[in-house]
Amino acid sequence: MSMRNPLATARGRGSAKSGVHHWYAQRASAVFLLVLIGWLVFAIFHLAGADHATSARFIAQPVNAAFLILLVVTSLYHAMLGLQVVIEDYVHHPVLEVVLHFVTRAGAFFGMALGIIHVLKLALGA
Amino acid sequence: MKAPQRPMSPFMIGPYYKPQMTSLMSITHRASGVFLSIVGTPLLLWFLIAVASGPESYDAMLTCVGGWLGTLAVVTSILCLSFHLFNGIRHLVWDTGRALDIKTAYTAGWLVLIGTVVLTAVLLGVML
Repeated sequence: MSMRNPLATARGRGSAKSGVHHWYAQRASAVFLLVLIGWLVFAIFHLAGADHATSARFIAQPVNAAFLILLVVTSLYHAMLGLQVVIEDYVHHPVLEVVLHFVTRAGAFFGMALGIIHVLKLALGA
Repeated sequence: MKAPQRPMSPFMIGPYYKPQMTSLMSITHRASGVFLSIVGTPLLLWFLIAVASGPESYDAMLTCVGGWLGTLAVVTSILCLSFHLFNGIRHLVWDTGRALDIKTAYTAGWLVLIGTVVLTAVLLGVML
């Protein structure tokens, strides 16, 4: 048994300031996605077998455009957090791990930008 | 000096440990999440880009998705989405500290599998 004060052992090992943030963000985005996937099921019913004009008109409606932007952003955010954990757990090569973390984040943000701009293009009639 | 052959801790999956619904569904949750991340969300983005780019792109996208590889990607994505959705609810309930006993975990597991089959069948029935 150590006679050291527990605080002395804990010091210098970094703080737990953001310890639950990742865990919480993963769950919060999951709850948000329950609603958004519910909307996606409705959209699939509406757009299955639809021609271009029907799809374009559907996405151009403000409420649908809002749901789509939220769906793209939230699902890619949730995916980014999930892939991060998978990489942390299974990739033990230090360089490859850093590269994969970077690619995951870059890909998620790139996808968000791509999705938002194309939905806005339809919604704003450009 | 040769390293001593020490027994290893039992892996959840492999010949060392009896496969269980809980461990198999846990790894399937991860696998389906990874598939949705690298195939499912790109499919959604592809759809949005194709619609925004005009009728020709839209028809080209539909032709691609109608091919065997596209159909495989869509069908697997729908399957993964259904499973990840229902099993995700199971995980969220567990996170509140409820339904953690083995019997309820298995009952919820079966409900997830039934829900997955039903939602997949309904969505594919509408889409195909």
